[in-house]
Amino acid sequence: MALRSLAIRKAIGLGKSVGLGLRGLQTVTLPDLPYDYSALEPAISGEIMQLHHQKHHQAYVTNYNKAVEQLFQALNKVDTSTVVQLQGAIKFNGGGHVNHSIFWKNLAPVHEGGGEPPHSSLGWAIDTHFGSLEALIQKMSAEGAALQGSGWVWLGLDTEFKRLVVETTANQDPLVTKAPTLVPLLGIDVWEHAYYLQYKNVKPDYLKNIWNVMNWKYASDVYQKECP
Amino acid sequence: MGSVTCNPLAPPSTRLLLNPLKIPKFCHSRRQLHGSQRASKIIAYYGLKTPPYKLDALEPYMSKRTLEVHWGELHRGYVEGLNKHLAKDDVLYGYTLDELVKVSYNSGNPLPVFNNAVQVWNHDFFWESMQPGGGDIPKYGVLEQIEKDFGSFTNFKEKFIEAALTLFGSGYVWLVLKREERRLAVVKTSNAINPLVWNDIPIISLDMWEHAYYLDYKNDKGTYTNVFMNHLVSWNAAMSRMARAEAFVNLGEPKIPIA
Repeated sequence: MALRSLAIRKAIGLGKSVGLGLRGLQTVTLPDLPYDYSALEPAISGEIMQLHHQKHHQAYVTNYNKAVEQLFQALNKVDTSTVVQLQGAIKFNGGGHVNHSIFWKNLAPVHEGGGEPPHSSLGWAIDTHFGSLEALIQKMSAEGAALQGSGWVWLGLDTEFKRLVVETTANQDPLVTKAPTLVPLLGIDVWEHAYYLQYKNVKPDYLKNIWNVMNWKYASDVYQKECP
Repeated sequence: MGSVTCNPLAPPSTRLLLNPLKIPKFCHSRRQLHGSQRASKIIAYYGLKTPPYKLDALEPYMSKRTLEVHWGELHRGYVEGLNKHLAKDDVLYGYTLDELVKVSYNSGNPLPVFNNAVQVWNHDFFWESMQPGGGDIPKYGVLEQIEKDFGSFTNFKEKFIEAALTLFGSGYVWLVLKREERRLAVVKTSNAINPLVWNDIPIISLDMWEHAYYLDYKNDKGTYTNVFMNHLVSWNAAMSRMARAEAFVNLGEPKIPIA
């Protein structure tokens, strides 16, 4: 028993989690990108994609797993103050993992449909709620440019009222922190690490070019699942 | 905004007493503003302050390229934004930058000008918190006060670095002199918040926004922070700021020698 838990502990430590930790504690793993690092050029450079995925997202995964393990132990010891103290790290790193996992899926290389405007029900809903796709794009880009500090700008679906919304969240807060009924369709990372190496402080250029690799198919799929 | 009563003969001090919230306006006419009936005014603007060293002087710890973009474009952008705000709003005109930061913070409900004003202040302060050949340890009074409030310089350094590495998102790490508690402390703030808004006195700052280190260190915050402490931080600047702060904060009884 002791040897087995030691081996599991080692597996977690290596970051190559099998998904089953100490006494059944589930850990998260870094998802693979569905395309090469350089596939989104020239909108997003390969250097940024590699750092973003291998360093930043990996760090969120690693730190989330660490925090969750500490949480598990604190819960078992009924150490309430530690449980509360860990919430910051869990929200930040867990949010980072959630957000970036969506982000990689809502980008696609041009030759795989990146940038192709949405059709069917999502396209219709966008025209109804925002007037046109251009209006939505402009709104999201403006909100992203106006965001001070680090955060995300989202196209979300309010599942209660079946309405599309544009929202921003700070730091790594996931969209659900704005309202529990919100489901993210598209997210744009406006942390500086997402664009600085390539665009320096000209955030508006990044927000203009990212639409060329936006994977509207993913957004459509999510939308159709919630609004059949 | 209504007409302005202007009495150029009254001495400045009484003018301020008469209308404490309004800023005395100059009455010289120069040009009409868009045909409005208001008395036109001379407008002064904030300028972009250059760092007290050349842009390549902090190499190899902070590259010239970083300074060119961080100071030359980002900091300059904040100054220009600030001036645009000031050109629009009479009430804000005439404050010093310190006062403008505190007033526009508005106790946590910041006015639109706050972000630009505070970021101009923050960056001016940050450039001056560094020097070529910086790092090492402080001397005399600053060292004594640090040892008194943190136990040892090493302990302070650890706390400072820890604050930098545990900051979520964008922000700054500060060594501040707390006015009420009359002691030094390490404080981390989110986004552009500055300890001035809590009436404390900043002594040193470290910019932990990604734009401050990403070009040189990518995501390696640890190396950036250590390099700052070991090679960039200007204890000379800290010394002069402490000396000034002591005019406002009583740090203890002076040691008057008994004859």
